Amino acid sequence: MAGRSVKVAAQDGQIVQQPPADDSPLAVRGLTVSYGDKPAIFSVDAVVPPESMMAIVGPNGAGKSTLLKAVLGIVEPLSGSVSVYGEPLAKVQDRVAYVPQRASVDWDFPTRVIDVVLMGLYRELGLLGWVTGRHRKTAKACLERVGMAEFAGRQIGQLSGGQQQRVFLARALAQDADFYLLDEPFAGVDAATEKAIIDVLKSLKADKKTVVCVHHDLATVSDYFDHVLLINVRKIADGPVATTFTAENLQRTYGGRLATTHIDELRLPAG
Amino acid sequence: MWTTFLDALLLQAGYNAALVAIGAALLGIAAGTSGTFLFLRKRALVSDAIAHATLPGIGLAFILMVALGGDGRDLAGLMLGSALTAAAGLLLVEWTARETRLSEDAAIGAVLSVFFGFGIVLLTFIQTMSSGRQAGLDGLLLGSTAGMLFQDGIIIAIGGALSVVAVYVLRRPMTLVGFDAEFAEAAGVNVRHVDLAIMGLVLGVTVIGLKIVGLILIVAMLIIPAVAARFWTERTEFVVLGAGLIGGASGYIGAALSASAPALPTGPIIVLVCALLFGLSLLFAPIRGVLASVVRHRRFQIRVHRRQGLLALVHGEAIHDRMTLAVLRRDGLIRADGVATDSGRALAAKALLDERRWEIVRELHFADGVKASLDGLTPIEEVLTRDELAEIDKRLGPPVVVGG
Repeated sequence: MAGRSVKVAAQDGQIVQQPPADDSPLAVRGLTVSYGDKPAIFSVDAVVPPESMMAIVGPNGAGKSTLLKAVLGIVEPLSGSVSVYGEPLAKVQDRVAYVPQRASVDWDFPTRVIDVVLMGLYRELGLLGWVTGRHRKTAKACLERVGMAEFAGRQIGQLSGGQQQRVFLARALAQDADFYLLDEPFAGVDAATEKAIIDVLKSLKADKKTVVCVHHDLATVSDYFDHVLLINVRKIADGPVATTFTAENLQRTYGGRLATTHIDELRLPAG
Repeated sequence: MWTTFLDALLLQAGYNAALVAIGAALLGIAAGTSGTFLFLRKRALVSDAIAHATLPGIGLAFILMVALGGDGRDLAGLMLGSALTAAAGLLLVEWTARETRLSEDAAIGAVLSVFFGFGIVLLTFIQTMSSGRQAGLDGLLLGSTAGMLFQDGIIIAIGGALSVVAVYVLRRPMTLVGFDAEFAEAAGVNVRHVDLAIMGLVLGVTVIGLKIVGLILIVAMLIIPAVAARFWTERTEFVVLGAGLIGGASGYIGAALSASAPALPTGPIIVLVCALLFGLSLLFAPIRGVLASVVRHRRFQIRVHRRQGLLALVHGEAIHDRMTLAVLRRDGLIRADGVATDSGRALAAKALLDERRWEIVRELHFADGVKASLDGLTPIEEVLTRDELAEIDKRLGPPVVVGG
C-alpha cells in the first residue's frame, strides 16, 4: 500500500493527488446529494482526522445535515464515495454512532428513557438476545454520564428538549462506538444541557474517539472544536479551527448573510 | 341466551361454535400484536388498502379453481389468491409513495378503491357463472363462520402462530423503525425491509382473518387493540402484549356471543366487543385514560388554587376567585365569611416562607434544567433534603413578622 495515491476530482475540476486515508474515521470524495433537481451538497471532499472534534458549519440549507445523512446512508448520494475507517460503512457499522436531530423522533411513542438508551444496545443484542442486568447497568451508566439517571423511568415525551437531547447522547454512548456523528446537538437546549453534552464530547475525545457535529453557533466553534468544515452546498474550507475558521472563510461561506459586525464579534485571527 | 353464552365461553355450545371461538381468539391475538407495529409506525391506513386489495384475488382464485375443475370455495386457494393481489396492491402503494410526489394516504385511497372496484366486478361476474351462484364469496367481505371447517381452523391457527413468532423475532427492528427511523437506518437497519415486513405481517393476518371477520372488518382487529392497549402503558412491549390480549379476548368473547343467538353475525360482533374494550380503556385506563387525566388535572388545579389562596391570605389581599374560596373553605383554612382560621394563618405563613425558599432555589439552580420540579407547587420538603433546606434558610436571614 505504501506510496499508493488516488486521483480525486476536486471541486474546480482539477485533478489532485491525495494520499489514501485508510485510518481516518471518515473520507468523503466528490459526494453529491440532491433532492429533486437542486443539489443539497455538491461534490464535497473531506477527510476527518482521527481523534479530532470537528464542527460542520454553514448557513441554513447549506447541506450540513444532508452531508451527515449521506455519510450514514440515510439518504442515497447521487455520486461520490464515503469510506469509514477505509471501508464502506456497512462493514464498520458498529464503530459508528449517530445522534439525530430531535425532530426526527415520535415523542409520543410508548417508550421510557431507559428503553431508548437500550436501543443503543440492539445491535449487540441482535434479534433474540435477552436484555440482562448487565445491559441495564450499561444503559444506566450511560444515563449517568449525561446526568439523566434519575429520569430512567419517564416516558420520553415528558422530558424537556434539552433532556431529550441528553438521552439521545446516552443512547449513542451505549453503542460504544469509535466515531460519533451528531446533528445539531446544541440546538434549542438549555445552558446546563449544553455544558453536559460538551463535557461528554470532550471526554470522548480524551478516550481517543472521533466526534463530528453539525453546529450552528459560530461563537462557540473555537471553544468546543479543534477542526472545522465550512460548507455551503460546496465545501468552502476544512482544517484545524485555528487556521480555517477565519473571517475570510466565513465570509465566503455565508456570503452577504453574515454581517461584518457579527464576524468582528467572533474575534477571529485575520484571514 | 345467557346460558348459551356461558356454554359458548366454556366451548360447550357445539363443535362449530368451539372451533370458531378458538379460531377467533387466535386471530385476535395475531391481529392485535401485528397491528401494534403498524399503528406505532403511524401507517394504520395501510391495513385498509391491504384488506380491500384482497378482493380481486379472491375472485380470480375462484375463477381459476373452477376453470381447473376444482372446488372454487377452497379456503386455502382463496387465501393464496387474496394474498397475491393484496401484495400487489401493497407494493403499488409503496412504489407510488416512494417514486412519485403523491403522499401515502393519496396512494392508499387510489389503490384501495380501484382494487376493491375490480374485485366487485369479478364477484358480479362470478354470480353469472353456473357454479358461482352458491359460491358465497360475499361472505368473505364481512366474515361468515357458519360453514367453518376444521381445516380452516388449522390454517388460522398455523398462520396466527407464525405471525406471533414473526412479531417476537422482529420486535426490536420494528420498534426502532417506529420510534426513530433515521437512527435505525444509521444503525444498519434496512428501514424499507422492516416496513415491508410490518406490512407483510398485516397482509398475512388479513388473509387468515377473511373467513372469520372478513376483509372489511379486519382493519378494526388490527388497529383497535393496539390503540386500546396504548392507554394502559408507556412501554412498547406491554402495548404489544396488551393488544394481543385485547384482540384475543374480543375474538373469543365475540365468537361466544354470536354463537348464543342466531341473529348475531360473528365478525361484526367481534369488532363491537373490541370497540367496547377500547371504550373502557379510553375511559378508565390509569395511565392515559380520560378519567385519570381529568382527575390529575383537577388535583393539580386544586393545588394551584390552594397555594394562590394562601399567598393571597398572607399578603392580606381579597380573594374573589370562587374556586380558590371553595378550596380554602373545604380545607378549613378560612371561615365562611372569608377570614383566615388559625390553621389557615399558619399554612399561609409557611407558604410565604416556602415561596422565598423557592426563590433562592431557583436562583441557585438557574442553569440546571430541572426547572420542572421548581414550580413551587411540589412541597419543598420533597424536592430538597433537610440539609439543603437548612442551607437555604441560612441565606433567608432571621424570620420576619408577616401581617396578620
